Amino acid sequence: MFFTYLRRELSGRRKQTAIIASGMALAIALVIIVNGVAAGMKAAQATVLEGIYGVGTDMTVTATPVQNANGQGGRQQVDIAGGAAIAGGGTQNVSVSRLISSPGATTMDAATLAKVQAVSGVSGAAATLSVENVNFSGQLAVAGQTRIPGQGTGRNATPETQQLNRGGIDGAGGSSFNVNRITVLGVDVGSAAIGPLSTISVTDGVGLTAADVTANKALVDATYATNNSLSVGGTVNLGGTDFTIAGLVTNSTSDSSTSSNVYIPLGVAQSLSGLTDKVSTIYVQAKDNNQITAVQTAITTDVSGVTVKTQADLASSVSGSLTSAATLIESLGLWLSIAVLAAAFLIAILFTISGVTRRTREFGTLKAIGWTNGRITGQVAGESLVQGIFGGIIGVAVGLIGVVIVNAFSPSFTASTVASNRPQGGPGGGFGQAAGQMAGQAAQGNAGQVPPGAGAGAGANAAASSLTTIQIHIPIEFTIIGIAVGLAIVGGLLAGAIGGWRASRLSPAEALRSVN
Amino acid sequence: MYTLENVSKVYKQKGKTVTALNGVNLEIPTGQMVAIQGPTGGGKSTLLQMLGALDKPTQGYIAFDKRELSKSSGAKLTKFRGDEVGFVFQSFNLIPTLTAQQNVETALEPLHLPSRERHERARAALESVGLGDRANHVPSELSGGQQQRVAIARALVKNPDVLLADEPTGNLDEDTRDEIMDVLEKLWKDKGLTLIVVTHDSAVAKRAQRRLVIKDGQVSEAK
Repeated sequence: MFFTYLRRELSGRRKQTAIIASGMALAIALVIIVNGVAAGMKAAQATVLEGIYGVGTDMTVTATPVQNANGQGGRQQVDIAGGAAIAGGGTQNVSVSRLISSPGATTMDAATLAKVQAVSGVSGAAATLSVENVNFSGQLAVAGQTRIPGQGTGRNATPETQQLNRGGIDGAGGSSFNVNRITVLGVDVGSAAIGPLSTISVTDGVGLTAADVTANKALVDATYATNNSLSVGGTVNLGGTDFTIAGLVTNSTSDSSTSSNVYIPLGVAQSLSGLTDKVSTIYVQAKDNNQITAVQTAITTDVSGVTVKTQADLASSVSGSLTSAATLIESLGLWLSIAVLAAAFLIAILFTISGVTRRTREFGTLKAIGWTNGRITGQVAGESLVQGIFGGIIGVAVGLIGVVIVNAFSPSFTASTVASNRPQGGPGGGFGQAAGQMAGQAAQGNAGQVPPGAGAGAGANAAASSLTTIQIHIPIEFTIIGIAVGLAIVGGLLAGAIGGWRASRLSPAEALRSVN
Repeated sequence: MYTLENVSKVYKQKGKTVTALNGVNLEIPTGQMVAIQGPTGGGKSTLLQMLGALDKPTQGYIAFDKRELSKSSGAKLTKFRGDEVGFVFQSFNLIPTLTAQQNVETALEPLHLPSRERHERARAALESVGLGDRANHVPSELSGGQQQRVAIARALVKNPDVLLADEPTGNLDEDTRDEIMDVLEKLWKDKGLTLIVVTHDSAVAKRAQRRLVIKDGQVSEAK
């Protein structure tokens, strides 16, 4: 009798059933789409963040930057003449290659790696050393060269004299040279699952293995290789040493902290750059994703002088339309879902109560012929539950169609990431200024000394951020669908419980009197 | 069968006190056909509700076969109605979305019978009122007289001891009225049940063995 009455009642009162089911369907569809979009945004943000860290990395450890009194990040010197004095008078041809610490980057003792690995909750860690290969080639004017008197720079002076007296192209008294920089990352070849090696893919040749820990082998970025006519089997000179190119790679990351022109074994980078026992970044993987914050705190406590950043910390540095949209969806989407669900539940409850009121005579009669309150309440609740389930099923279908439509359009958003904690001191100005400063040092007898931050100020700032375009894909999560159907059932039960309570409160005599 | 002693029923409606029954004393033996007449608002329906355990008196004693109804719990009264009382209403009170057969089966729901037995008894009840061929029609597809016959079938399908009819012909024309009363009388005689009919129609009242008059909440035998 229960199912017969239920089936006849729902099919006999189609309008009410349709209204209640439609309200529920709309709410459920919206919950699926909004939560799907939020999940898609989160996945997109995770993709951006993965590009910074790579798969398997939960946090990074760097030395806490120390600002000096002048606001500069520290001076660097590059001896391009090997310490020998340059004879005065005339110019000298120079061609040197030096591996130096990346300007503005901080380093810490390599022993920090072991300390981090020993922290409770750390599953694994890998260290890198970020350096630059600076190549100087050209002519360097030497101190002692005098101006040719009487000629100055006027039209009576010869072009050569004019050039000499003006100080040459760079105003440094006759020097003319080029400075090339390429980024080099010393990587732990024994830890391919964490850090930069987890973000690169070998497109030609082979990768670096644990056997290459002291080898002069290099991986070269494929785009850099193409632009500089490099290939597998060839060589690239770093710090005056030829490295065999073992493979060409592409990087899936969007940030320069894990991308580089060239990758070489960590120990070799340390040795060549003179930064023995130094590392710039340690990439850490936690044992449990739920313990990342605790591990972050433990590392900060156990290891002094370091800054630990997690993906959550980096998430705050991600900007762009992706972040704006994600924030909007998260806050507005949540409240929108709650509001629509509340409205759907209210509609279901009100229509159920209305239906019970219209069926006063019916329920009074049923009570008169012996139906208990519980039986009548169960009947009303069953009808509401089925209406809620109808709404849930339709809502899931509409929600999935909405997801398919959004994915078909594949909306794209931009994300800008800032991952560096380098100090922002030091002069900028590009390579021209660096060349002038270097020539000036040479004129003073400090040939080969590269002034601090030469040409690197702008470079350091530029390297700390990157722009990525991400296409949003809404995942179909069965958990969300299950929750949505559950909400529809809850809504139906709630409406049925309230409606049934109203029906059970009816006294049969009152119900029949109200009819008569 | 029924014993009523000093039964009163008072309602409060919009701040006013209404005395529907005022010290009613009455005995109705088993198997009697009784007609209760009276003007509108006289207390006829309230008396029927007391007899059918649809409501409790404000004061007094009501017993059915020596079982007190006036102080029984709601659950016991519900069971009493489900097992032993059949109701026929003026407006038929059929469930509009159910067929004639399904309407009759609703009266068997409290008995928790197997579905097959329920179907068979409902079909038999419909045939006893001459509507075996209308079993699958919904009330909107039946005439007034047919709907009232379905209601009578619903009332009798559980073989009650007493049938209470509240203005059973009130919404019917004269021919149909006589038709329905013929059905009720025949069933009363065939099944030996106690039939109590509330009516304002003298033609209906004349068919009863016993006629009572209720006025201003008080019951007396009709002359």
